[in-house]
Amino acid sequence: MARTRGCYTRALIHRLVLENLKHRPVRTLLSATAIGVQVTMILTLVGVSQGVLGDIAARSRGTGADILVRPPGSSVLAFSGDMPQGIVGLVRKEPHVVMATGTKVQSIGNFDSITGINLEEFNAISGGLRYLEGGPLQGPDDLLIDDVYAGAHKLHAGDSLDLGLQWRIAGVVESGKLSHIFAGIASLQDKYSAKDKVSVIYVKLDDPKNLAAVIDSLKVKLEDYKVFSVDEFVSLISVDSIPILKRFTNVVIGLAVIVGFLVVFLSMYTAVLERTREIGILKALGASPGYIMAILLRETFFLAVAGAIAGVLMSFGTQWIMRVFVPTMPMLIVYAWWPWAALIALTGSLIGAIYPGLKAARQDAIEALVYD
Amino acid sequence: MTSGFPASEPMIEIRNLHKTYRLGEIDVHALRGVNLSVARGEFLAVVGPSGSGKSTLFHILGGLTPPTSGTVHIGGQDLLGMTDAQRTDMRKSTVGFVFQKYNLLPTLSAADNIAIARDIAKKPRETDPAFDQILDLLGLKGRLHHKPRALSGGEQQRVAIARAIVNHPAILLADEPTGNLDTENSTAVLGLLRDLNTRLGQTILMITHNPEAAAYGHRIAKMRDGRVVE
Repeated sequence: MARTRGCYTRALIHRLVLENLKHRPVRTLLSATAIGVQVTMILTLVGVSQGVLGDIAARSRGTGADILVRPPGSSVLAFSGDMPQGIVGLVRKEPHVVMATGTKVQSIGNFDSITGINLEEFNAISGGLRYLEGGPLQGPDDLLIDDVYAGAHKLHAGDSLDLGLQWRIAGVVESGKLSHIFAGIASLQDKYSAKDKVSVIYVKLDDPKNLAAVIDSLKVKLEDYKVFSVDEFVSLISVDSIPILKRFTNVVIGLAVIVGFLVVFLSMYTAVLERTREIGILKALGASPGYIMAILLRETFFLAVAGAIAGVLMSFGTQWIMRVFVPTMPMLIVYAWWPWAALIALTGSLIGAIYPGLKAARQDAIEALVYD
Repeated sequence: MTSGFPASEPMIEIRNLHKTYRLGEIDVHALRGVNLSVARGEFLAVVGPSGSGKSTLFHILGGLTPPTSGTVHIGGQDLLGMTDAQRTDMRKSTVGFVFQKYNLLPTLSAADNIAIARDIAKKPRETDPAFDQILDLLGLKGRLHHKPRALSGGEQQRVAIARAIVNHPAILLADEPTGNLDTENSTAVLGLLRDLNTRLGQTILMITHNPEAAAYGHRIAKMRDGRVVE
C-alpha cells in the first residue's frame, strides 16, 4: 500500500479521469479532434482576417503615396466604388502635390480584383515595380501579376489568363505594392465599361509635413469624398472597423460553442451510459453527486484542453494549406487568440457536460449495480 | 470501530421493516415486516430463495434505498428518516460492500480501487498499520499494482473485501460474495471473511443462497416472502 498512502486525493481522481480517457482511445481522440476543429475554425478565421487585412495594409503602404482619395460613401475595404477621373486633375492642382494617379479596381470574384493603373504615374509614386519575369504592360490585353499570384496559379510571363476576359501576362513583379494583378487603366476602363471612372486616387506630396494641410484643403474642395492619410487608412483596416467581418467572427465563435457543446454532450452522454456500473460503484462507496459530477467535468476539462492544443497545432496546418493553395489570402498565427479560442472551446465543452453529469449524479446506484 | 456506540447494543436492529416498490402501476411488497438483530462482531448469513427480499434488505442496510416503514438502526443511526445525502454519508464509513461481481473500477489498479474508498470518505492519506496486516491476510501485497483485468476472480474479490473494510465500517455487507467463484476461491474468500470477523471483530452480514457458504456464519437467518422466518 506504499503507493496508495501517498498518492490519492486529487491525484487519484486525475488518474481515474486519465485512465477513463485512455480506456476509450478512439472516443477520446475523436472528441478532442472535434473540439480541436472548432478551435482551428476560430484561429483560422481570425488568422485569415488579420493576415488579409495586414496584407492590404502593407500593399497600401507599398504604393509610396501619402494620401488616398476615395469616392463618397465608400467603405474601408470596398475599393470598387467609382468617381470621375477628372477629380485626379483637381487633386494634382493642389499645392504640395507632386504626383496624383487614379486607379480603377475591378472585382473578378473569389476575393480577387484587377487594379488598373497608369504605369508611368504609379512608378513615379511607388518607386517602380520590380520585374521578376517579363516586362511592362504593352498591349491593351496585358496584365502584370505579382509573384504571390503567379505562384498560386503557376503562371509565368507570356502565359494567357482567363479572368472572364482573356489576358496575356506581360510580366511578373515583386509583391507588396498595391495589388496582386495590374492592368493598364484605360484598357480596364474600356473592357469593363467604366470609361473615365477611377476608384482610388493616390497622392504623393513634396513633404510629409504638409500632409494635414493638404488633407484639410482636399476635404473642403472634395466635399463628401473620403480623404485619408495612408497611415490613417491603414489604421482603419482592422476587424473592428469592418462590421460584417466582426459579425462573421461572432457567428463562427457561436458555431464553435455549439459544436463543442454537441461533441462533448454526445461524448459524455455515451460515456455515462457506458459507465453505469462504475458510477454505481462510486455511489455505493459513498460518492456524492458532486463527486461524480466533478469527475465528469474534469474529464471534459482534459478533453477540452487536449482539443485546444490539437486545435492550435491544426491551425499551423491550415496556415500551410492557405499558403500553398490560397497564397493571396495570407493567414497569420494570432497568438493572442490562443487562450480565447481555448476558453471558447472549454465553455462549450463544459456546458455540454452538464446534462450528462447531472444524469450520472442522479443515477440510481442499485439500478447501476444490477446493470449487466 | 464505531466509537461512541455502546458495545452491548445490537449493531443492526431492524423492527417491522417494510419496503414497497412501485413497478409501473403495481406495488411490489419486497419486505413485509422484517425483524432482525445482529450483534456487534456477529457474522450473520441471510439465506432464502430468489424473491425472498434478501437483496432488498441488503440495499436498505447499505443505504442504497430508503425503507418504506419500520425502524432500521445501524451502529445507533436510524436509517428511516435519512435524506439521500445522509445515506450517502453513511455509506462512506459505516457500511462496506462486497458484491457478487466484485464491482471494481476497471480502469484503476487494485491499490487505487482501495484508495478511492478512502478518498471518497475524505480519510487521511495514510492507512493504519492494521490495514497493512489485513492486506497480508488477504494475500494482495504483490498484486496491488495490477488492474482488475489482470487479476483472477478470487483476487478481485479479495481486493473488493480490502476496499470494503479500508475505512473500518461498522458492518460489512456481502451479497453472494462467492457467487462468481470456483470452489477453491469460494473457500478462500469465505475463510477470509471469517478471519476478519474473528481477528478484527468485524460485523458481517452475508447474503447467500449457498448453504455451505452460510455455514461460515455464526448464525443463519432464513428469509421467505419478504420476512425473516427463522
